[in-house]
Amino acid sequence: MRINPLIIGTLVLLGCCVLFMTLNSGGHWEFILKFRGRKLAALLLVGMSVSTATLLFQTISRNHILTPSIMGFDALYVLILTMSVFVIGSAGFNQLPSQVVFTLNLVLLIAASLALFGTLLGQHRADLMRMVLTGIIFGILFRSLTAFVNRMIDPNEFATIQVRSYARFNYIDVSLLTISVVLCTIALIACWRMRRQLDVVALGYETAVNLGENVKRRQTQVLILVAVLVSVSTALVGPVAFLGLLVVSLARLVAPNQTHATLLPLCALIAGIILVGGQTILEHILGLATPLSVVVDFVGGLVFLALVLRKGWT
Amino acid sequence: MITVENLNYSVNGTQILHDVSVDLPKGGMTALIGPNGAGKSTLLSHVSRLLPLQTGRVRVDDLEIGHCASSDLARKLAILPQQVHFVTRLSVRELIRFGRYPHCKGRLGPKDHARVDAAIEAFGLEALSDRFLDTLSGGQRHKAHVAMTYAQDTDYLLLDEPLNNLDIAASRALMALLRDLADTQNKTIVIVLHDINFAAHYADHLVVMKDGQINCTGRPEDLVTTALLRDVFGTAANVEMVCNKPYVLP
Ligand SMILES: Nc1ncnc2c1ncn2[C@@H]1O[C@H](COP(=O)(O)OP(=O)(O)O)[C@@H](O)[C@H]1O
Ligand SMILES: [Mg+2]
Repeated sequence: MRINPLIIGTLVLLGCCVLFMTLNSGGHWEFILKFRGRKLAALLLVGMSVSTATLLFQTISRNHILTPSIMGFDALYVLILTMSVFVIGSAGFNQLPSQVVFTLNLVLLIAASLALFGTLLGQHRADLMRMVLTGIIFGILFRSLTAFVNRMIDPNEFATIQVRSYARFNYIDVSLLTISVVLCTIALIACWRMRRQLDVVALGYETAVNLGENVKRRQTQVLILVAVLVSVSTALVGPVAFLGLLVVSLARLVAPNQTHATLLPLCALIAGIILVGGQTILEHILGLATPLSVVVDFVGGLVFLALVLRKGWT
Repeated sequence: MITVENLNYSVNGTQILHDVSVDLPKGGMTALIGPNGAGKSTLLSHVSRLLPLQTGRVRVDDLEIGHCASSDLARKLAILPQQVHFVTRLSVRELIRFGRYPHCKGRLGPKDHARVDAAIEAFGLEALSDRFLDTLSGGQRHKAHVAMTYAQDTDYLLLDEPLNNLDIAASRALMALLRDLADTQNKTIVIVLHDINFAAHYADHLVVMKDGQINCTGRPEDLVTTALLRDVFGTAANVEMVCNKPYVLP
């Protein structure tokens, strides 16, 4: 009998969580549980958000190489954040409750991503090469605009943004944890409920329409969900470029079948293992100062290259 | 019956369909023929709501394209497009199971499983049913796609050049199977064919297209003549009658 990767994944993830909570705890249980518990929750949340967003995006864009971050989704988030600091100033920005800022950014990101990516996905003959180029151009555009706005604001305000625009798994913005949990739960339930429809959309435009799916409407719904999930993870830990690609590629490799009913939980488990396990190893065992995001992006970048070189542009 | 009324379609200022009006009768097999670029695929894409209607109306029995739910149409009409291209790694059986999606939304019951098994048997895919599509030859993969539309079990079945990748034995087997579906299960088959001899031999009704317009419609024995080949296809070929059916000599 084949061993189910979902069961193994669950066991490994549980092990990682236990190690994460207990290693080098030094007996201050109350403090440790509260401090590390929040961090653990945030890491799991980020893992689920990034992996689900990547899987969904690959389904509606019908390829296994592109991800929301390669297409510039989180760069867009940082741009919107920078613009809002520029417009209302860091004093005003820091006075506003971070939940309000977050919600505002989320709404703007949804609108912007529907406008930019909606039209791109709408052309059902759009080829992969064009999508990649557009994504790279979007990414550069968003980053340069962010840099441009940064130059116009004064250094104090810049510090406000800088904290939020780099991937950081050590410092996590816990003030957003509650709203993130709520949004993420709603989005993940919505994804799970449309898993069978997503299987059909993954077959391609013609086949999905033939089977009675409204592909355009589904793409819009999925883009909104992706925007929500990207916002949650970017707000908590900043942009993580290649995590999603790494996780989803691994999941496809070990999955017994390619249905979303299998891939959705499997991706979330693998993402959790990489983040929680990686953080445990780096923080407690190796005691290194190397940020986890650097390691993840390095490995993920290699996977991206391997995929591009192996598959060509099919 | 499929009724197309005053259908116009243009892309980037180039008109591809010019005021097409045609009735495709219910029951039997209708073959759509015409030179490359005549607009056959474009017409079928409109009937199967793959392209948005610009002007004109298309009705399939009581369902009007653009005004009926896509999922309702999926239980009435199935299309096999000219090119299908997959990214997902699927086995033959998994692909055929998707044919039941319009009926059960992915939760297959005993009736659905029976229909999937029937499709696998009808196309002789038993030995291949657990193989992945990307390990099959072009012709075998194509057969699996036709089997999926068979499992969809719709009144209307639209096929765009389904013989393209098939050898002579597979072509004849597929045409015989489609003929049988029309004769014994009351299905309506609309098929785009390149080979006029196949069209004349198997179809009850021909629709000839040229330059985005309907050139003529009727029975094969009345339509396929030296004049048609000269005027529509631009080639001086001879036509002979064998057993009361017209054959184009190569
Ligand atoms: N997306 C498109 N953009 C521009 N021209 C197109 C497009 N699709 C089809 N055409 C043109 O429309 C005409 C009809 O195409 P098609 O319906 O595929 O012909 P057929 O199937 O009869 O060979 C052709 O001249 C083709 O070049
Ligand atoms: Mg064609």
